[in-house]
Amino acid sequence: MITRRLFCSALASLGLLAATASQAQERFVTVSSTTSTEQSGLFSHLLPIFEKASGIKLRVVALGTGQALDMARRGDADVVFVHDKAAEEKFIAEGYGVKRQEVMYNDFIVIGPKADPAKALGRDILEGLRRIEATKAPFVSRGDKSGTHAAELRYWKAAGVDLDKAKGPWYRDTGSGMGPALNTAASMNAYILADRGTWLSFKNRGDLGIIVEGDTKLFNQYGVILVNPAKHPHVKQADGQKFIDWVVSDAGQKAIADYKIGGEQLFFPNAKR
Amino acid sequence: MTEFSDSFLTAWQLLAASDARLSAIVLLSLRVSLAATVIACVIGMPIGALLAVGRFPGRRVLIVLFNGLMGLPPVVVGLLVYLLLSRAGPLGQFGLLFSPTAMVIAQAVLVTPIVAALTRQVIADEWSEYREQLRSLGASRARAAATLLWDGRFSLSTAALAGFGRAIAEVGAVMIVGGNIDGVTRVMTTTIALETSKGDLPLALALGFILIAVVLAINAVAYAVRGWAERRWG
Repeated sequence: MITRRLFCSALASLGLLAATASQAQERFVTVSSTTSTEQSGLFSHLLPIFEKASGIKLRVVALGTGQALDMARRGDADVVFVHDKAAEEKFIAEGYGVKRQEVMYNDFIVIGPKADPAKALGRDILEGLRRIEATKAPFVSRGDKSGTHAAELRYWKAAGVDLDKAKGPWYRDTGSGMGPALNTAASMNAYILADRGTWLSFKNRGDLGIIVEGDTKLFNQYGVILVNPAKHPHVKQADGQKFIDWVVSDAGQKAIADYKIGGEQLFFPNAKR
Repeated sequence: MTEFSDSFLTAWQLLAASDARLSAIVLLSLRVSLAATVIACVIGMPIGALLAVGRFPGRRVLIVLFNGLMGLPPVVVGLLVYLLLSRAGPLGQFGLLFSPTAMVIAQAVLVTPIVAALTRQVIADEWSEYREQLRSLGASRARAAATLLWDGRFSLSTAALAGFGRAIAEVGAVMIVGGNIDGVTRVMTTTIALETSKGDLPLALALGFILIAVVLAINAVAYAVRGWAERRWG
């Protein structure tokens, strides 16, 4: 009986030990953001700088823009940091966000096989897409309602390609984040629309290279929004606002500009004040 | 093949450098999955024992249910727990989403059916062997269940290990309810998923090797402890 009691109490204390996650009450703000800011390493760069300046930690949950906004709609984030202007404005109009502020931009690029079977190299984005569709060269789509996916759909529309009709085996809808979609494109030697930040930090490139870049239409604006405390009273309004104020301030904008991979700047601050 | 050797090398280097961030991630993985397994055992083992010795209407249905739930998809569990803990959900006021606690809850839900179903099998076998004996001693069914649980404790460690194995290996549930937040809810499997997303396949595979090594080490320790305890108290 003694051993039995010993055994039970050992089990119980093991459980307690495991359960008491060291959750010291720290000051933090939950930010729902996009895979591009996480996977490019921007947030790992910004987090310590902001924490040092304010004493506030950032907890970043990286999702596609659509999902990130939905997470905020449910009240599970204090701040959203995403890149799909139309979706962000809808979010504000619905009353979930207080105000949208522009923070920075990077640009989209079309990645594709270096051999360039569709002869899309160096074209403007719309002509490039038309050629990919005309030659039915494999193209990988995010298909996940992310900001990049929304942009891709806009470009196809502007290029006059009706995807519903043109879709075929050449158009691969992967329903995945930027990184996994790039992995797919690398293994299939396909074309894909990507943001430059993720591409620069992406390692598994295979035979892919940049095919289309520099077109002004490829501009990709990021915005930051405080979730409306009127909808979700538990939102950390003061600390969330502190992060927003910091990221559009000179210090925050400089921190963004300072983030480089291989000497190349990934994001270009352009907050209006 | 160079990828595999690269990954092995990276894994060794990471282990040799005993990288602080890596050890924090490994520790969090262990803590979350151990806690989930303990909770699953506390809930699942009595359920399994009662299903084995009990006689009540719906018992067969429950047995099939628990056997079936062993195959619960982690993503679905993650989604259910997410919706429960989300601020807009019924348990939203506790603000548990994106915390290790949320991950423990999700994994406990995932693992409890496994522990319960395996326990039922072990205890059912014992029950058919000792049934008459226990009956003649006048033990009630609940009493018999408790006795058989204690009696089968060494065999039941396999049920616990199976549950733990499932918990520490899954990524779908912890990704959704934990959010893979750096330094807070990032565990081994979500780190591997993230590095795969970044296209750093050698590093992802190296982390995979480390995870497998950790799981093997735990099983080895459990095996040794079981052997020792059986000699000592068996």
